[in-house]
This record gives sequence, structure tokens and C-alpha cells, in this order.
Amino acid sequence: MAQGNVIAVMGDYKNADAVTAAAKGIHAAGYTKFDIYTPYPVHGLEKAMGMPKTSLPKFALAGGLFGLSSAFALQYWSGAIEYKLNIGGKPLFTPHFGVPVFFELMVLCTGLTVFFTMFFILNKLPNWHSKYQYDAGFIAAQDDNMCVVLEAEDPRFTVESAQALLTKLGAANVRVVHETVEHDEPEYVN
Amino acid sequence: MEAQAQVASAAATGLKNGAMNGYHDSPSAKPVREPLVLGNKTVHDVTVDISRIAEDKATPKFWLALFASAVVAGAGILALVYTIAVGIGVWGLNNTVGWGWDITNFVFWVGIGHAGTLISAVLFLFRQKWRTAINRAAEAMTIFAVINAAVFVLTHTGRPWLDYWLLPYPNQMQMWVNFRSPLEWDVFAVSTYFTISLLFWFTGLVPDLAMLRNRAKGKIAKTAYTIFSLGWTGSTRNWHHYEFAYMIFAGLSTPLVLSVHSIVSFDFAVSILPGWHTTIFPPYFVAGAIFSGFAMVLTLMLVAREILDLHDYITLKHIDNMNKIILATGMIVGYAYAMEFFIAWYSGNPYERFVFINRATGDYAWSYWMMMSCNVFSPQFFWSAKLRRNVMFTFFLSIVVNIGMWFERFTIISTSLHHAYLPSTWHYYTPTWVEITIFIGTFGLFMVFFLLFAKYLPIIAASEVKGIMPGSQPSHHHHDDDDHAHADANGHAKAH
Repeated sequence: MAQGNVIAVMGDYKNADAVTAAAKGIHAAGYTKFDIYTPYPVHGLEKAMGMPKTSLPKFALAGGLFGLSSAFALQYWSGAIEYKLNIGGKPLFTPHFGVPVFFELMVLCTGLTVFFTMFFILNKLPNWHSKYQYDAGFIAAQDDNMCVVLEAEDPRFTVESAQALLTKLGAANVRVVHETVEHDEPEYVN
Repeated sequence: MEAQAQVASAAATGLKNGAMNGYHDSPSAKPVREPLVLGNKTVHDVTVDISRIAEDKATPKFWLALFASAVVAGAGILALVYTIAVGIGVWGLNNTVGWGWDITNFVFWVGIGHAGTLISAVLFLFRQKWRTAINRAAEAMTIFAVINAAVFVLTHTGRPWLDYWLLPYPNQMQMWVNFRSPLEWDVFAVSTYFTISLLFWFTGLVPDLAMLRNRAKGKIAKTAYTIFSLGWTGSTRNWHHYEFAYMIFAGLSTPLVLSVHSIVSFDFAVSILPGWHTTIFPPYFVAGAIFSGFAMVLTLMLVAREILDLHDYITLKHIDNMNKIILATGMIVGYAYAMEFFIAWYSGNPYERFVFINRATGDYAWSYWMMMSCNVFSPQFFWSAKLRRNVMFTFFLSIVVNIGMWFERFTIISTSLHHAYLPSTWHYYTPTWVEITIFIGTFGLFMVFFLLFAKYLPIIAASEVKGIMPGSQPSHHHHDDDDHAHADANGHAKAH
């Protein structure tokens, strides 16, 4: 496999405590372009990495308000303005009978917003190619490995300092990862 | 080989960094509670155990089961085509009883779906970690059950090719739907329920599909898992948003699941028919839905547990917990039956009284007592811890409960309709072979979906199970696990 430029230094962990401590250490060392790939969400890891709170709730609120107001507009406009259907002399619009549709459209719009915002905007998926995907430890993050990646794009990054930091933080299998030029299929062992 | 060395060295690193979280089974960290995953599994074992189902070659037994289900589904589809081609006159409905098996089956299938959302959303908010073993399959069941429910409700309109009239859209007739009708609320409730359940299910599937993607060998499997896993890498920067989205979904689905069957019950409660016009219907229907849904989850999961050898994941503790919910909701349903009867008498309304006495002693008494014995008497066996943990007995009772719940809906619908206000209109209703075939056919369809799901998708939420295994989370989070969740929710609530 031909090798290109250095793109990252990686290290592996198997233990949630150790990886949380490492996240704190990397954050304290001032790195910003780094990530930890885990098979399941580790509680508090994002805080240890110094990530800001997610903006997802704001999107959710906006989606919910949109759904609620469109449900109101739809029922009021269609029933009381556009198509006045007299049924047993009942009022053309009251908020009471509107509640089920208010609620359902609010939930529907919130859910759709959350789904698309989370996957497609905040997480920038779908992204079917990762430059790290030829690294077995990175791939094993869907199995049982917790893979710490210090990206070469970080202003503080030098191969030596990154290696030293991960070694100091107790990572196993600290390795320098090069850009893959030739596209070989990664060998996934066990 | 290289990866194996890596695994070993990483485990050593874990020890070096102080395995103070009980991951390595120190004697002081003996669990007080029964473990959720048996067999001293490692995280890697979970990957292998769950992926193996999709990776193993499909057995002849699987193809046989799939074929048999498809034949049953096909018979149902033929009966459906016949109904649509000729008209719903081929059903046993008459002028007096205008809702029969169609609506019974609709309510039955919608109800089945409720356990999925309850397990995935309500139990999530209550931090019931045992849900992780069964939530994926239960959510899948929800989706398949709602599809079946839709079959009935869309056909019973009589002209299913005009079903889009149910939606509010600008049209040349310049007509709009009637939002004062509970039937219109149903359109919104059921379609929202289906959409949100599907999104929730898919969101949960993404990390597990990524796991299958990494291991897939075949070209088709690799491509399919790659596309649907959206390129998931397990990045903490992604998990962060993902977990919050999951929580919002759970928060949305919890009131949603309560609303759906409430709105279905409005179809009856908002009418002025004796036996239907009662305020107890929404909670009573919701409890009944959860009751039947859990029974269906048990029926299917007990079979899946045997065939796919998931004994270490779906343990007796899970079965016990589900049986407790069946007992609790069965009691609520029993209470509702008694309260309905009491209120009918207490109201002093002769029509209301007549309907209830007629239910228990009239033409459909057989159906009423079927419902009572299956739903009220039979779950009482689950007071016994021994029976709650008896797999064969649970399997048997889960089927009994679903028979009972089907009869509940049938009783409610036919007894109120067949004896209307005018005795001259009284009429008995029996289904024709067409209705019976469609109903049996939906079971076939359900099984086709479920078999394909169980074979080709991760039937157990691997990433969630991994996250609740002993030692998988940082040790300082062990005692304040719940506080953490609340702090998170509050913190984010402030951000609004």
C-alpha cells in the first residue's frame, strides 16, 4: 500500500475510564482537532473532550413550533375561512377539537427536524468515505476499540509531540497514520 | 493477527490505567442486581454474537419459514384484491354492523405496535437498562404492525384508490377535510406514529449497521450496509448529537404512544353510541395496547431466542420484567372492564345498562367471556415468580393474551353496533371467508417482515447493549448515572 502524507496519530483504548482520562489530557494539552471513535456512547466523554453543548434542541424547538403553527393555520384556514362546513351548527373552529392535530403535527415536524438535523447537518452524514478507514484500529471502533485520533490538521500537531502525548496518556498501539493512496480493502481481523 | 496483538495490548493498557470499574471482575465489584447479559461476555463477544446472525448463511429452515409466511401473506393479498375489485360487500358487514373485523383488526394491530414504542421510549426515559435487549425487535414489530393496521383502515373506506382524500390538500373540488371528526385525527395520529417510529428505529440501527458493514464479506451485503449506515464511524463528536437526538425521540414518542391509542379510542368515545361513549376509553385503550403489545413481543422473542440462541441476551430477567408489565396492564384492563360495567349501572341510563348486560349475556356473550377469561383471569398466574420465569408457560400465555385482546376489540365493536336504538334494526354479524383470509394474511405479512428483519438486520441493539455492560461506562458515572441524565436534560432545557 503506497503511503502519502501523515494524516493522524492514533492510539487505542479498551477502557472507559482510561479513555475519559485521555480525552481530558488531550483537551488540556490544547488540541482541538481530535476525535475519539467508540463502539457505544461513553457517558461524559464529550465533556472531557471539551465539546460545547449540542445545538440540536434549538432546531427541535423550531421544528416543533413550525409544526404547531402550521397545524393551527391549516385547521383554522381550511375550516373557518376556505370551506365553511356546517355540521350540526357547531362552531367552525375551536382550539379544542384542534388539539389532536396540533399535537401530531408538532411531533411529526419535531421528529423530522431532529432526524435530518442530527444526521445530515450536525454530523455531516452521509459520508461514505473516511480517510482513516484503512486503519484496523479505527475500523474496530464499531467492535470494541476506542480509537483516539489526533488529526494532523491541528495547529499544535507534530508527529513526535502527538506520539509522546498519546504514549504519556497510556494509549496502546500508538501509530502514525499516512494517507492511503492506493485503495486496498482493509483487512478486518476478527 | 496484528489486530489481535492490538486487542491484547489495549487490554493491558486498561489494566495499567487502573481497571477500577469492575470490568475485570474484581470480587469487590460483584453485581447486586441480576446481570443483564449472561455468559461473561466481552464487548467483542457482543459484536460477534449479534453479527453472526446476519453473516451466517440462511438455513433451509429459514427459507421454509419465509416461504410459508409468504404463502399466507399471498392468500391475504388475494382476498384483499378480491375485496377491492368487487367492493366491501364481500365482507359480512350489514346496515346495522358497519364496522366488523376490519376495524377490530385495525385496532388490534395498532395496539400490537405500542409495546415497541413503550420499550424504546418510555423505558428509555425511565433508565430501564434491560430494554436494550428487546427494543430493536419491538420497534421493528411496531412498524410492521402499523403497516398491517393500515391495510385494514385503508381498505375499509371501500374505495381505497381514493384514500388520498383523507389528506388535507388543495383540490379542484375545493373541499377540505373535516378536522372535527376523530376519524381525521386518526389519519394524523397513525401516520405520525408510523413516521416517528420508523425514524427512531432507523436512528437506532445506524451504529449497528456500521458494525455489520465493517464485517460484511459479500458484495451486496457490504454495499447495502454501507449505504444505510450513512458512513457512521462512532465519532464522539457524532455520538454527542446522536444521543441527544435519541433522547428527543424518546421524549416525543412517549406522549405520542399515549396519544395514538387515545385518538384511536376517540373513534368510539366521541360517538354517542351506548357502550362507546365513555371517558374511560383513552387510558383503557392505551393499557390494553401495551398489554397486547408486550404479549406479542414475548411470543416472537421467545421463538427468536430459541432459534437464534440469544439466551445470554434475552434472559429470564427480561422475560420476568415483561411479564410484570403484562400483569400490571392486565389489571388495568380488568379494572376498566369492571368500571365500565359499574358506570353503566350507576349512570341510570337504560340504553347504557342494556348494552352492558347484553354484552355479558346476549348474542356475543361468548366473545365477552373469551375476552374476560383471556385478559383478566389468565394474567393472574403471573403473580407467581416461578411462572413468570417459565418460558413455555409465558409463551402460551402471551398467545392467550393476544387472543383475548383481539376479542376485546371485537366485543366492543359488535355488541354496541348490533343492537342499536331501534330493535327493528337489530342484526347479527359474522365475517365471511374474505375477512378471515385477510386477517390471517396480515399475520403472514407480519412474519415475512419479521423474518427478513431478524435475518438481515441486527435483531439486538448491539451498541446499546455494549453501553450497559458492566464496566463499559466510566466508573465515576456509576452512582450518578441518573443525575447525569437529568443534569443533561436540564442543562439543555435552559439552552432553549
